[in-house]
Amino acid sequence: MSILVDKNTRVLCQGITGHAGGFHTRQCIAYGTRVVGGVTPGKGGTSAEGVPVFDTVAEAVEKTGAEATMIFVPPAFAADAILEAADAGIRTIVAVTEGVPVLDMVRVAAVLARGRARLIGPNCPGVITPEECKIGIMPGYIHKAGPIGVLSRSGTLTYEAVWQLTRIGLGQSTCVGLGGDPIVGSSFVDLLELFEADPQTEGVLLIGEIGGTAEEQAAAFIAGGFSKPVAAFIAGRTAPPGKRMGHAGAIISAGKGTAADKLAALAKAGIELAESPAEMGAAMQRALARAAMREQRDGRVG
Amino acid sequence: MKIHEYQAKRILHESGVRVPRGVVADSPQAAAGGFDELGGPLAVVKAQIHAGGRGKGTILEHPEQRGVQLVRSAGEAAEVAARILGQTLVTVQTGPAGRRVRHVLVEEGCQVARELYLAIAVDRAAARPVVIASSRGGMDIEKVAAENPGLVFREPFDPDAGLMPYQVRKLAQKLALAGPAARAADGFMRALGRVFAGNDCSLVEVNPLVVTADGELLALDAKISFDDNALFRHPDLAALRDLSEEDPAEARASETGLSYVKLAGNIGCLVNGAGLAMSTMDLVKLHGGEPANFLDVGGGANVDQVTEAFRILLEDGDVNAVLVNIFGGIMRCTTIAEAILAAYRSVGFRAPLVVRLEGTEVDQGRRMLAESGLDIIAAEGLTDAAVKVVAAAGG
Repeated sequence: MSILVDKNTRVLCQGITGHAGGFHTRQCIAYGTRVVGGVTPGKGGTSAEGVPVFDTVAEAVEKTGAEATMIFVPPAFAADAILEAADAGIRTIVAVTEGVPVLDMVRVAAVLARGRARLIGPNCPGVITPEECKIGIMPGYIHKAGPIGVLSRSGTLTYEAVWQLTRIGLGQSTCVGLGGDPIVGSSFVDLLELFEADPQTEGVLLIGEIGGTAEEQAAAFIAGGFSKPVAAFIAGRTAPPGKRMGHAGAIISAGKGTAADKLAALAKAGIELAESPAEMGAAMQRALARAAMREQRDGRVG
Repeated sequence: MKIHEYQAKRILHESGVRVPRGVVADSPQAAAGGFDELGGPLAVVKAQIHAGGRGKGTILEHPEQRGVQLVRSAGEAAEVAARILGQTLVTVQTGPAGRRVRHVLVEEGCQVARELYLAIAVDRAAARPVVIASSRGGMDIEKVAAENPGLVFREPFDPDAGLMPYQVRKLAQKLALAGPAARAADGFMRALGRVFAGNDCSLVEVNPLVVTADGELLALDAKISFDDNALFRHPDLAALRDLSEEDPAEARASETGLSYVKLAGNIGCLVNGAGLAMSTMDLVKLHGGEPANFLDVGGGANVDQVTEAFRILLEDGDVNAVLVNIFGGIMRCTTIAEAILAAYRSVGFRAPLVVRLEGTEVDQGRRMLAESGLDIIAAEGLTDAAVKVVAAAGG
């Protein structure tokens, strides 16, 4: 088991005839992902990377039975591509595109809230269920199948974390890059719910960063009854305050959004923290060991 | 992207938001002419820079001169403008170096009955624009929110439907606006909502929003910034960019596709990916060093980008050691190593360089660096890299 995608997931690429879309479709196919088609308006009837290209997502879904899509279209067309995929009945939409206007995402989020599609991203590396299905731009070989779920707002920092896990023998159930934009389709909490229900996942490594309150919400959710051990790292302890955030942007979070606040909220929720980015894998190991000890102790008492 | 107060007020005025009448001047003569044109008994001369705190800020070359001053004659307007224009304004937001003032805004005065706060930003968690209003105007709103959260009101709205009349009525009630001021609020606030949604703003802030003696609402100060990712569909707004307001190194970096932020330390950092770049700064600090910058070369760092990045780092006089931290994913470590070697040779490196490579083809990449004969310190792992660069920086 895993979350979101597995070896049976049929995947489309929107923007398959572009440079990045074509390159990463090849990489995904080489990894073993079941890519069944691509979509580029105006190029329907041709083929690319060995799969048929369609003019619309609706047609692609009808002809291939696709259930997931990865989006590589330019930022100006990303909102349209996401909503087209949702309208066609795609359930898992992975938007890799970086640079989507914030108000476009406001509109996308409002429409998606009324439907059943799940959006990952935009501005994210994608989703991978190791040894089964890779949808995105992450290097496949650093991953290994196993019990750890990984959730992150970052790209290369996630690879760093996954590589640490793999090297200490902790494989991954599914790794999800949530995206680095102010408004993204799925939050830590959305995916923690899926990991809670996934029997393969025995622990979760959460990688956050400064800005917004997604980590604080995750901490509250975990404290409220997430049953599996969690370790976390927060990037940006040394980031200068106010450099990225506008004046009123800071007020929405009402004093929240700093690394210190996030670390405090996570610690209060009993989450194992990695002090250094070199210790993310080790923190996950400590969280698992602590949970095992607790189980043993409770088992003996009970 | 930020713009100047006078540019923001022009946009507000054209959209039906009331602002004081004003004239932009780039010389003392023009400031005097502006005073006469306004025709009132008094006016305000305001320095135009992309930073707040101007009223309390001082001119570096004339420490008795503030960035905003009331004047009562054309002559006085010219005198004040002469002390501000071409000089350096230092405020709490500019840092000690301050900013060169190139324009002043000469504005008519008004009879202030009350000062309020009004802004629109995007609420990330709610995924909607939100109006933020407070009865405490003219103050630092973050301070009000921290000390008196009950005096800050929020009203999220749909950008396409716009801010609805009932939402303005709710806000007006909370702000205790009555009579003509309550009626004026409808036009003022809904126009502000249209400015925000129609121009892809990331922030529209009116502080203070003034209630005048005759019950009108007036944007006495205004700040607008735009979503950089949406500027492609607003060429008219993109043209308002003032490059002289930006840090030259940061502007140069962005032209090469690099994301660079200058910090106070002495260890230059060059990293691929924003999250890893932030973490690398944290790592340096954790091991007793001080990062000189945030620098993300992006996912596909090439020779040109690495070369430009090295130049920017080494031009910073504070930097006395450089750490390169790359996790090669799709981008192979051998490609990165080639870029580092080519850049190292062309830049003329003056500081110790520590390189930590990890990822695809890492062994070959490390071998290329080791066999280059160049004075590059190789690191194994993140912690080793941090320890070595802190030692190299003499810290």
